[in-house]
Amino acid sequence: MHGQRWSPSWIDFETPNAARVYDYYLGGSHNFEADRQMARRAVEIWPDLPKIMQANRAFLRRSVQYLAGEGFTRFLDIGSGIPTVGPVHEIAREVQPEARVVYVDRDPVAVAHSLAMLSDDPLSRVVHADLTDPEELLAQPDVAALLDGGAPVALLLVAVLHFVPDEAQPHRLVARLRDALPPGSALVLCHACREGRPDQVGPHQDIYARTRTPLTMRGCEEIAAFFDGFRLVDPGVVYLTQWRPDSPDAVGPAPERLAGLVGVGRLESEQAPP
Amino acid sequence: MNGPPAADAPRPSFPERWTRLLRAHGSALHPRKIDALGSRTADLVLSGRADQAAADLVNAHFTDPEMLVQAVELLRFTGFQDPDPVGAFAAGWATSLRERTLVQQESIRTAADTARHEVERALHASEARFQAVFEHAAIGIGVGSLDGEILAANRSLLEMFGARLDDLRGRRVTDLVHPEDTPEVWDSYEQLVAGERDNFQCDKPYYRQDGEVVWTHLTVSLIRDEDGRPRYQVAMMEDITDRYRLQERLHHQATHDPLTGLPNRAAFFERLEDLLATAPPGSRFGLCYVDLDRFKIVNDSLGHAAGDQLLIEVAGRLSGALVPQGHLVARLGGDEFVVLLERCRGEHDAVAAARTVLSALQEPIRIDGHQLAVGASVGVLERPVGTITPGAAVRAADLTLYRAKEAGGARWTLYDARTNAESVGRYTISVRMPLALERGEFFLEYQPLCALSDGSLAAVEALVRWRHPLLGVLGPDEFVPAAEETGIILPLGRWVLEQACAQAADWQRRFGPLAPQLNVNITARQARSKGLLADVGRILAETGLEPSLLQLELTESSALEPRDESLRVLQGVVDKGVTLCVDDFGTGWSNLAHLRDLPLTGLKLSSAFIGDPASQDAASGVSWRIVSGLVSLADSLGLTLTAEGVETPDTAERLRSLGCDWGQGWLFGRPAAPEALEALILARADKSVN
Ligand SMILES: C[S@@+](CC[C@H](N)C(=O)[O-])C[C@H]1O[C@@H](n2cnc3c(N)ncnc32)[C@H](O)[C@@H]1O
Repeated sequence: MHGQRWSPSWIDFETPNAARVYDYYLGGSHNFEADRQMARRAVEIWPDLPKIMQANRAFLRRSVQYLAGEGFTRFLDIGSGIPTVGPVHEIAREVQPEARVVYVDRDPVAVAHSLAMLSDDPLSRVVHADLTDPEELLAQPDVAALLDGGAPVALLLVAVLHFVPDEAQPHRLVARLRDALPPGSALVLCHACREGRPDQVGPHQDIYARTRTPLTMRGCEEIAAFFDGFRLVDPGVVYLTQWRPDSPDAVGPAPERLAGLVGVGRLESEQAPP
Repeated sequence: MNGPPAADAPRPSFPERWTRLLRAHGSALHPRKIDALGSRTADLVLSGRADQAAADLVNAHFTDPEMLVQAVELLRFTGFQDPDPVGAFAAGWATSLRERTLVQQESIRTAADTARHEVERALHASEARFQAVFEHAAIGIGVGSLDGEILAANRSLLEMFGARLDDLRGRRVTDLVHPEDTPEVWDSYEQLVAGERDNFQCDKPYYRQDGEVVWTHLTVSLIRDEDGRPRYQVAMMEDITDRYRLQERLHHQATHDPLTGLPNRAAFFERLEDLLATAPPGSRFGLCYVDLDRFKIVNDSLGHAAGDQLLIEVAGRLSGALVPQGHLVARLGGDEFVVLLERCRGEHDAVAAARTVLSALQEPIRIDGHQLAVGASVGVLERPVGTITPGAAVRAADLTLYRAKEAGGARWTLYDARTNAESVGRYTISVRMPLALERGEFFLEYQPLCALSDGSLAAVEALVRWRHPLLGVLGPDEFVPAAEETGIILPLGRWVLEQACAQAADWQRRFGPLAPQLNVNITARQARSKGLLADVGRILAETGLEPSLLQLELTESSALEPRDESLRVLQGVVDKGVTLCVDDFGTGWSNLAHLRDLPLTGLKLSSAFIGDPASQDAASGVSWRIVSGLVSLADSLGLTLTAEGVETPDTAERLRSLGCDWGQGWLFGRPAAPEALEALILARADKSVN
């Protein structure tokens, strides 16, 4: 087996986990007491968190809708988490009924849950892999099959890269994935940023520091640099609600307070787009 | 669009306000979807199915408690009559939320269980895989505790050791020593179990269960736990017995003569070089160079097969007689053998070995019905280590052998420096010397002459050496006689004078008054040549050396005639301010008249006169009396007397008390490169202060 580890990681229910904490923020019950305790503490310090997560989820929806509208039928969702209302394949299929989605996560519980939810869906796949080992990730048959054939692929890295510490060289990882994408593909990115709520950076990172998924909020420039090699789609790298809002009033006051930067970039297609 | 209503607009309808409430809740859903959800659930409320409306909202993640409060308020405020939707909505909300929660909890637990099983399965698979790798690996693997107890061993390892697991388990790693283990193996082992290194590799032999030896290429690694603490040691070994034996065989082939099985020429030289490089100073060694006297006749008359038979028989006899005494017997090629005595107490030992060689070959050898009395000649060399290179030693023994042959064979001859020098000259020296001079194979070393009164440096003697490409470094004894004979001494002597004077002039410039006097040897032939005078003048002028700092030592290889040409040449040299002394005085100069005829400044007393002052024997007594007589002779002629061969402080003290001026010898310093003398030169400064 390719790159199989000698000792698989043990599942630990005693420490909170990013996927389940996120579900709790969104009002779900796919979580355990340890997750809820941590989420409650985090919300106490930063009451905007549920709103931020909703805004994140809404951006994911808008970006998928936009790309489906641009003709994308293949989606690679890395750090997909626990399926919640409006999963990527459902959104995409409202525009592209044949849309194929490969969900990737490194959390075995999120993967098992996704598998249970998606077992009937012939066009969705769930893969257990880690973004920090791109070679192995790309070697997974379902991932390789999605990237094969030359059709553009939408790579979703939504609210996942801030779980990749600097030591793991996140920019190098993204570049590696970029190089594996067919021409005309897209990158969808959402990343927690330091500038929106500088006062929250320290306390929030502290809370996550104790989990198995510590959080690294990054600066604007660093986040924009993930789009190296991509051409940014309008309006570029902006705060969560500023990206192609459903209506002008949907932006809301002070979008920077949501502390999430987002953007969509495209690779040049080899031939002129249809 | 759904903008805020104008101030004077009519009050919005219930569905409108209901939908606005949903929008305010916040959701990831598209606003159109929220609108649709709003009108659908408003309709449900209006048609009396408020509980279903609540269920739909919960399912769409509208679960915020704040939302329930506001919805109930709106329902109440709208003032529905019969049926009142408030109770139904609240109950429907609570039920759906509870159900949804239960479902989700159930599903996440199931997912967690599945994941856990998956992990366990993977863990088992990984363990099973590991077990399989361990068991079936082609290399031997053993696991041990840090205190050296063997805990596990795989099949390959057991096969290598010819053992069952029970034979090994519980034994100590440290029991597995083998006499051929290098000390580093166990040093590395100790460091590893102490956590000081993480692995080591080596080739190591083990005893198998049946007592045979298995050679392994061994890698031992330290296994640490998650916190980095050492836990186990893992040994991985590859059976290299075949490779090892092959290597041994190749080595044997490379170092042994295939015909006789004796060590060959390469092995002999390796051993000799090793000996000369590592033997403690002062120890001595011996060589017997053996050559059969009538081998060629046997070979020519009875054929090669018989010749080979003969050599095998000779090899057997020689090793039978000499190896038990601890000597090495090697075949150098053809019918030449050599015996190496690694520890020799003196010439008698070497001569005894030569006699053993001759008597071993005395009995005729029987081959194909013939009784062959081959006989042999032996050249014997016996020297202290550190005085000769391996090449020169073998060459000397070979030349000594030729003297035995020339004398008719069937005998041994002992190495003699003088006759050897002649032979060396004849065979290899004279022909090569002009080329050597051109190629820069000569170089100079300098030996200090010190005042016996306080040990301070008085002069240095330049000594010429030849780095001979075949014979190694040769001293003047070995080639100057030949050079003298052929006349090459003239250009060589000029070169020596140039080099030495340049060196002395350099010292003169750098050390001023501390610079020592320079002594340079000249031979009789040089002394007779008219060129000497011109050379000395030119060299002094070119180098800028103060003439009084140069002293020529006249070696006495042949006596000067009373009205010899040389007297005039030497007088001319002295007129330039250069001084003159006689070297090796007392060994060849029968004619004391020279002391009167030559313009001398000093005498150098041959080391032959300098005995052990502690010795009681008569010869030594006579020597000292001669020294004493020469001291007064030198004194009365106003000559500086230098004693050569001064090796001990006692000797120096005895000479000093007799009134001898200077001493030269190992006590004061061996011949060395010029830089090595600079410390002595500088030390003169301290001496001159007191
Ligand atoms: C906050 S959730 C985001 C879920 C989804 N992308 C969204 O935005 O709604 C982050 C997810 O990323 C996953 N994750 C974190 N680090 C990851 C990594 N190195 N490789 C793969 N997944 C990772 C976590 O397990 C978690 O499920």
